[in-house]
Amino acid sequence: MPGTYLPSEYLPVLIFILVAIAFGIGALLIGTVFRLKKQYFEKLMPYESGITPKGEPRYRFSIRFYIIAMLFVIFDVEAIFIYPWAVVFDKIGMYAFIEMVIFIVILFIGYIYAWRKDAFQWD
Amino acid sequence: MLPELFFVYFAFAIILLSILVVTRKNPVHSVLWMLLLFFHIASLYLFLNAEFMALIQMIVYAGGILVLFLFAILLVNIKEEIRITRFIGAWPTGLTFAIGIFIVIFVSIKSFVLGQQGTYTIDFIKKESHTKALGKLLYTDFLYPFEIASLILLVAIIGAIILAKRRIKS
Repeated sequence: MPGTYLPSEYLPVLIFILVAIAFGIGALLIGTVFRLKKQYFEKLMPYESGITPKGEPRYRFSIRFYIIAMLFVIFDVEAIFIYPWAVVFDKIGMYAFIEMVIFIVILFIGYIYAWRKDAFQWD
Repeated sequence: MLPELFFVYFAFAIILLSILVVTRKNPVHSVLWMLLLFFHIASLYLFLNAEFMALIQMIVYAGGILVLFLFAILLVNIKEEIRITRFIGAWPTGLTFAIGIFIVIFVSIKSFVLGQQGTYTIDFIKKESHTKALGKLLYTDFLYPFEIASLILLVAIIGAIILAKRRIKS
């Protein structure tokens, strides 16, 4: 049931988040108090290494980014399965080791397939 | 008292953030609100005594899926997206559906009964730690589904590459 359990060991995480939020807001506030407020056209332009920007900043976006992101998600999920395995590995022993080897070998086939198909190649 | 207070905060924050995600005109802003939404959902898992689920929520959803969303959004024309109207005019249909779903959820919450306590109680998981309890079960009793998961991931890899590579060649 929600609202019955308090994860008290995560209190440092809560404090960390609150400090991070306070730091972000504080830094912006101090900036607004102390900085000069002179605004002119050149200052408000998008900064492009000191060169006057011309045309849209948008350009055609390569689908390759998308492939890399998809493969990243898949191998991310694979890595997720290794975390609980690493925690209980010493309890289950050889049995757990063999099943994890099978798991990784199956995904390694996929990795080799992606490699042979030049999915990691940029051109 | 304190757990309820936290739950009320997360419940309202999740509703508010979900509304912000669907109403923003700029899709990139939607994604940023969604990042905050995922962190709140992760915290909700934490309060359900499922810390492993909370961390998966952060690593996979906030870390992986959101990058996928962002790349998908960069493929559409954001300048064009900001200019056009967001919602189609058929609001009576939407309202009817919303009220219908609300009634269904309300009735089902009324008939909600707390089941019998199983082996994995809060105290048990607290003693054992959530990840350990999950791992012990996953790698012994649920070995077969675990190996099937690797095959599903393999299918996903091959599918992604076949789809994208055909696009590039043509």
